[in-house]
Amino acid sequence: MTTIELQEELTNLYNDRSETIKKESSELINSFRNKAFEDFQRLGIPTRKNEQYKYTDLMNYLAGDYTYEIAPAKLSVKLEELFKCDIPELDTHIVLVLNGFYYNQNSFSALPEGIIISSLAEASLKYPEIVNKHYGQYADTSLDSLAALNTLFAQDGIFIYIPKNCILKRPIQIINIGYSHKNLRVTSRNLIIADKNSTASILVCDHTLCKQSFITNSLTELFLDEGSRIDYVKTQNENGNSSQISNTFIQQKENSVFTTNSITLHGGLIRNNIFAKLDGEGAQNNSYGLFFGDDNQHIANFTHIHHAKPHCTSDQLFKGILDGNSTGAFNGKILVDKFAVKTLAYQKNNNILLSKTARVNTKPQLEIYNDDVKCSHGATVGQLDNDSLFYLRSRGIGYKEAMHLLMYAFANEVISKISLGPLQERMIDLVDRRLKGELFHCENCKIHK
Amino acid sequence: MLKITNLHAAIEGKEILKGIDLMVKPGEVHAIMGPNGSGKSTLAAVLAGRETFEVTQGEVTFQGIDVLVLSPEDRARMGLFLGFQYPVEIPGVSMVNFMKTAINEQRKFRKLEPLSASDFLKLMREKKEIVEITSNLTNRSVNEGFSGGEKKKNEIFQMAMLEPKLAILDETDSGLDIDALRIVANGVNKLRNRENATIVITHYQRLLDHIVPDYVHVLYKGKIIKSSGKELALELEEKGYDWLKELVD
Repeated sequence: MTTIELQEELTNLYNDRSETIKKESSELINSFRNKAFEDFQRLGIPTRKNEQYKYTDLMNYLAGDYTYEIAPAKLSVKLEELFKCDIPELDTHIVLVLNGFYYNQNSFSALPEGIIISSLAEASLKYPEIVNKHYGQYADTSLDSLAALNTLFAQDGIFIYIPKNCILKRPIQIINIGYSHKNLRVTSRNLIIADKNSTASILVCDHTLCKQSFITNSLTELFLDEGSRIDYVKTQNENGNSSQISNTFIQQKENSVFTTNSITLHGGLIRNNIFAKLDGEGAQNNSYGLFFGDDNQHIANFTHIHHAKPHCTSDQLFKGILDGNSTGAFNGKILVDKFAVKTLAYQKNNNILLSKTARVNTKPQLEIYNDDVKCSHGATVGQLDNDSLFYLRSRGIGYKEAMHLLMYAFANEVISKISLGPLQERMIDLVDRRLKGELFHCENCKIHK
Repeated sequence: MLKITNLHAAIEGKEILKGIDLMVKPGEVHAIMGPNGSGKSTLAAVLAGRETFEVTQGEVTFQGIDVLVLSPEDRARMGLFLGFQYPVEIPGVSMVNFMKTAINEQRKFRKLEPLSASDFLKLMREKKEIVEITSNLTNRSVNEGFSGGEKKKNEIFQMAMLEPKLAILDETDSGLDIDALRIVANGVNKLRNRENATIVITHYQRLLDHIVPDYVHVLYKGKIIKSSGKELALELEEKGYDWLKELVD
């Protein structure tokens, strides 16, 4: 199949279903579809000629026989019984999402006043004054065709609103579950708003609970108003037949702090696109990621950090360990506007290749339009340090175990940046097991290679 | 305990060790001295199993077993220890995790159960005292950000933890001030007994004031050109190496 054929197929799919999709959605969400349609027609499916997708061949993953559901699936069992998060001592407000649809559950207990956690479809009807202001405002469909495709099909997902001055102590945990008897295309759309001086931690866990293939195109818009802080941790653990394109658009106001940590444990294709706009003085963006690849996996992290105002800081650290025939890519762009003086922007990408056939492409891009900035970037691709390996072995530690300790140390630089203690411990454990080639998923998560 | 016979070793085709013979018995302390570039550190590295060096001739038996065919980890598990001249910094690997893994891998080799967490911590506390380490090693990464003195103390600390039968200390005195030298030497002396042996590689006599050797060997151009008692070290301190070099050149 060619990209044009896939584009046609998706266009036809939309034309077939658009009436029902529109009927199920609010006017607001529908109002973005026409432009998204035009943008998608114009941009098409990105090929490797597209600079941003130079190292990711989407066609290898996106084509195939897939069903598209326009209504939430009916389960014969309760989703919360099918899946239980087993991270010890992690006390969270759990939100379940099934194949891209908000999965209704009992109301949240002990949620501070004013906080809203709900389905996006519902929120767009119930809280138009908030949703109207932000929906579709940060995800520019004219720039990215997958954002356009998401906006075209968007029906539901999560809506979160953290009110002014609210400090949410318990993290919110969004669990995206892929569960179906057929191969499925999934679209999920989320909107997260942190009002002035609010603080929250959000943990997103992606799981597939069956061996069916999922192609997920998710898009999350985050708005951080003045002085707000959001910690956003994403763990991706899907079966090897599945593909995920995760688009995150972040808009940050004065002195807001956004930290994201994407831990990619497994999946067929994982593509993380992070677009952040630092749109207020003193805003700070930290984007971190850790990825593991083996077999024929492809994992790509794409970042676009836009410094639009003075005195903003951005820090990026992405690390990858690739084995087998897996491929990885890091494409990190820092854009500094003419008036964004006193910008501090750092970027680092380190990769370890464990096999002769694993590959990684890394490409830093700096576009700076003023002189008063401090920027640095660095990328490495290599093997583990022989001196360190010998040092460990000279103490009686076996070759395999020594390799494992060093890889773990390599990964730990990212894991140590996760602020949620119990989650950090779980990640340490998962990464530990992943590196030993043992189980690398949560106990309750049935994963199929 | 250790028997080296006609040992030759090369790196990238260049021969560094040109026929070394040495015999070490339990309870003995041997000092290996010699000018820069004579092959002292190469000898230590070859004994520990560093793969960058190629053994071209000769044999080394340790407790009667040919060790040249063994991996570095198996040599260590048999009780061979190398104190590094330049200990490697390994960010991200904590001292505790490192030592716990090393001890338990060595115990496994000896068919012993792993140490319990509390026994392990107790052992750490005990051994830290030997080299007067006061800082909390628990959360620190291996050698990361350690001062020169701390790194060398850490080598002796590891030696104390692992209780080797033969310790080879490669320039353990380099970069140490007088106090650190005394602490390190005291540590080594406390660990000496009739069952184990030590090879001290050094440039200077001053370490040998603290760790008194039974034998002193001079290595030059890849060969041991003179072996004698501890008085040889004093003679070298006074006269330098030139008079010995002349015997060879």
